[in-house]
Amino acid sequence: MADIRSVIIIGSGPAGLTAAIYTARASLKPLLIEGEPAGTGDQPGGQLMNTTEIENFPGVVGLQGPQLMIQMREQAASFGTEIITKKVTRVDFGARPFGVWVGDDEYRAETIIVATGAAPVMLGLPREWDLMGRGVSACATCDGFFFRGKDIAVVGGGDSAMEEAIFLTKFANSVTVIHRRDTLRASQVMQDRAKANPKIKFHWNAQITALQGDGQLTGLELTDTQSGAKSQLPIDGLFIAIGHKPNSELFKGQLDIDDKGYVKTTGVTTSVPGVFAAGDVQDPRYRQAVTSAGTGCMAALDAEKFLEQHHELPAGVPAKAAI
Amino acid sequence: MIKTVTSQSFKDDVLSSDQPVLVDFWASWCGPCIAMEPTIEAVAKEFDGKVTVAKLNVDENPDIANQFGVQGIPTMFVFKGGQPVERIVGLTPKDKLVSVLSTATA
Repeated sequence: MADIRSVIIIGSGPAGLTAAIYTARASLKPLLIEGEPAGTGDQPGGQLMNTTEIENFPGVVGLQGPQLMIQMREQAASFGTEIITKKVTRVDFGARPFGVWVGDDEYRAETIIVATGAAPVMLGLPREWDLMGRGVSACATCDGFFFRGKDIAVVGGGDSAMEEAIFLTKFANSVTVIHRRDTLRASQVMQDRAKANPKIKFHWNAQITALQGDGQLTGLELTDTQSGAKSQLPIDGLFIAIGHKPNSELFKGQLDIDDKGYVKTTGVTTSVPGVFAAGDVQDPRYRQAVTSAGTGCMAALDAEKFLEQHHELPAGVPAKAAI
Repeated sequence: MIKTVTSQSFKDDVLSSDQPVLVDFWASWCGPCIAMEPTIEAVAKEFDGKVTVAKLNVDENPDIANQFGVQGIPTMFVFKGGQPVERIVGLTPKDKLVSVLSTATA
């Protein structure tokens, strides 16, 4: 059997890296399995890797999302976090020490912190993936540059959609926000900003039912959600911002998961004692970088406490008073 | 080693190269491109002497990006005999790049 570690952290967004910083500082020698680049929105560093300037992480001013994540990672590494740039392929939380596999490589730990985050939801239309990078995008900050002077659309009605639409007006001639309802889910401040922007138009009660163009996106077929009437919208680019889904596939059958895919938690405690979950994978409500970091910290402290209670703290690490 | 190519050097370094060339189209403001960097470095090491691994900054060389219809980054091309033989869009696991380059060098 593999060496038994104190803690393995799965995922490397703000939740996973904060958990790593805390457990490393507590001399628990965490192993962080950070994931590897695998597709749009699926990467070490998490969703902040797809953002630009951070405006709502207290104390962080004038820093880009990717820079913040690189700094967090360096901070975690500086305290002795061991980092593996691979994706976990299987877990076994049936008994302690818990098992985590990366392909054939097996890792064991007394506690696990699940921080796998969430990934953008795609439209699920035929040829969506073929047109990725050919007019269809799920990352405005990555691809907006290529649409200078073009007419483009953003689909979605939440904060991310508004943020992307506003960002894209820096490049595009016009940005049409397509939303399936006639009201937005976005926060008032983001709605106000988007609606005040002269380059942004809104197309309400519309669903995208087909992507047009051969090898290059040229337009959309829209269906009115009220009347069912179909219409055409010629555009050069489509940015998808219809929400995220938790990356919990790996834990099915191992942890209790709700009907939307979120790992069920009380605080950061999952259905399995010794397995904690932090960040977007368990948070249907707040989903902010700062709340993810907060729950990452909670998971780290709870893992430490769990080890102490089960007399599994590594040799030389003093037990602390109860939290 | 990763070679930095530009609009000026593209013909010599990529199109006229004797061995296959992997070109990573990137920009400094693209988070996923930065996330891709360690993977690109790893394949460059693995295919040292067999494949030229190059980076092209789309900000500084928009003409080349435009010429190959790049509308999203990271995008990676494999060029062989002056022609693009593979186009890979988005974050890509190392295994996938290795398999593509193994085919290109076979």
